[in-house]
Amino acid sequence: MDVGLVGLMHGFSVALDPQNLMWCFLGVLIGNMVGVLPGMGVLSTISILLPLTFAMKPVAALLMLSGIYYGAQYGGAICSILLNLPCHPPHAVTCLDGYPMTKQGRGGVALGITMLAAIIGAAFGIIQMIFMAPYIANIAFKFGPQEICSLMLLGLLAGSTLAKGSPVKGVSMTLFGILLSLVGTDVNTGSERFTFGFLEMADGLELVAVSLGLFGIAEFLKSVNGAAPTTPRAVKLGFRDLRPTRQDLRTALPPILRGTFIGSLCSLIPGTGPTIASFIAYATEKKISKTPERFGHGAIEGVASPEASTHSAVQGDFIPTMSLGIPGDAVMALLLGALMIHGIQPGPRLIVEQPDIFWGLIASFWIGNIMLVVLNVPMISIWVKLLSVPYRFLYPTALFFVCIGVFAARNEMFDVAATLAFGAFGYLLLQLGFEPAPILLGFVLGPRLEENFRRSVLLSRGSLATFIDRPISAFFVGACVLLLLAQVVAAVRKAKAPIRVPEAAFD
Amino acid sequence: MTGFQRNRDYYAGALMAMIGAGAIVEGWSYGVGKLTAMGSGFFPVALGVGLVVMGALMAILRAPAPDAHDGHAVGAPDWRGAAAITASVVLFIALAKSAGLFPAIFACVFVGALGTRTTSLREAALLALAVAVFGVLLFSFGLKIQFPIVRGLI
Repeated sequence: MDVGLVGLMHGFSVALDPQNLMWCFLGVLIGNMVGVLPGMGVLSTISILLPLTFAMKPVAALLMLSGIYYGAQYGGAICSILLNLPCHPPHAVTCLDGYPMTKQGRGGVALGITMLAAIIGAAFGIIQMIFMAPYIANIAFKFGPQEICSLMLLGLLAGSTLAKGSPVKGVSMTLFGILLSLVGTDVNTGSERFTFGFLEMADGLELVAVSLGLFGIAEFLKSVNGAAPTTPRAVKLGFRDLRPTRQDLRTALPPILRGTFIGSLCSLIPGTGPTIASFIAYATEKKISKTPERFGHGAIEGVASPEASTHSAVQGDFIPTMSLGIPGDAVMALLLGALMIHGIQPGPRLIVEQPDIFWGLIASFWIGNIMLVVLNVPMISIWVKLLSVPYRFLYPTALFFVCIGVFAARNEMFDVAATLAFGAFGYLLLQLGFEPAPILLGFVLGPRLEENFRRSVLLSRGSLATFIDRPISAFFVGACVLLLLAQVVAAVRKAKAPIRVPEAAFD
Repeated sequence: MTGFQRNRDYYAGALMAMIGAGAIVEGWSYGVGKLTAMGSGFFPVALGVGLVVMGALMAILRAPAPDAHDGHAVGAPDWRGAAAITASVVLFIALAKSAGLFPAIFACVFVGALGTRTTSLREAALLALAVAVFGVLLFSFGLKIQFPIVRGLI
């Protein structure tokens, strides 16, 4: 506990450094903007800006990139509530009750409650990170290659089966991602794998090229003419409209607290990010409500709880990423990739060896979240205006940023061409019903998975039993088996009685 | 619902199995080795086997119809959009070094914008001009990227 507070003080001294403060502000501002703009993704924004951070100090780079991530959560709610567009997955459920509230002229109140839920959820998530992350890191110090390997397996399995879409497809996407990560020179033997004679591939595929192809170009190909036309109803919102009444507050506060709790629980399970947290929060709220029929017609609880859980999960997601080096979702994988590009090895040692990064990041969360509330409450009318920028002007602009961003990553035109190829392939995957996000998870973790696997089997002289001989490793392997069993049971049950998933409601 | 949509899990499974088979064949040539002394090919082959199994599972467990659980259904491909986006990236690659940053950005955004049917030539040109000016200011003057702005001139 003392360590936490001392560390936090140090963190504030890092985060309040004028330069870092500026990068943090820039990050949350860009994130907020991207969140509001329909059709712009967090993943592609972070990928575009990633190469530009190579020249920055690692602390500043990470503060800014994380700022984009949680900043976008604030903006995404605006888009969902006012336009009924689930442009950012975690906010998809917010549409269900947020948009009806807008139609009733209570959109401002919904946004106001969202801000409140956001700050409460985020605050809880950050506090959880302050106390949990060093604790988890302490346990992780005892990990050998076997534990790291089986924990990664658990993370990858959870990330690919619990997310949206079919688990089988999710697992194959992860496998494919690991396969992509093997391209290039094998560190153990020095031989080249899957380079097919391209010199440019000897160092492996570029992270930015893979992610901008799969999430940038593929997304443009999908929505170039199909994007929902944004016809903002003449929404005029000002500062005053955001103020909820005393009655609203009384109804919304308990759901906010419940949502926060659900979000923080979800963030601790690897692979369950904010999207799942928000769905669970909504379903829980509906189940325990005395008047479930109000849901879907503008129930304020249906906005408050999922939003709180999203924000608390977003902050909590940083816990496994920073303390174990195992990302929970694709965005975290990208941030982890950014750290590695800056030469920082994520994992339990990060907290001790790079206190500037770890505690600076936490302190910047506080500052960033306060900045976001300040940005959103008085400037809400500006964000609302931003909603009317049509997609047909956004994507060509983004195309240029994709090209130059990929090129800047290592001054290689080959990577831009690779991005185009990945875009085409990603579009094919979307057509076939794949959800490409786990590819990134596999791609970032792949090399470490192979290295640790080889090391553990080498240590055990070729015996795979080493993974269940050691107790902690056996625990993770057991969790993997349970996860798989749960998937099989769910699949069997689904085959017997088709359950209506909440997603169907806004299709 | 088109035939493609109805059978898409077959295609999806086939695609994954093909990638897996490729990884096995290619990985085999790197030398698989034994568990005690793994070759470079061990991991690729293992992943390939996994992908083939997943591909088979996909075809066996295929969803009768793309349901809400299966990600959002994607509409038929839009050839105009696809052509414009591809051309836009290709033009950037071709022009950035040979003609300079300004023409490259202009071509990239202009052609990309034409992918939407509702965008007029005038709108596309104006957008491209605006982005090109902004892009040159940001990347040539701000971030000092090593392209000429217009080859032969600046």
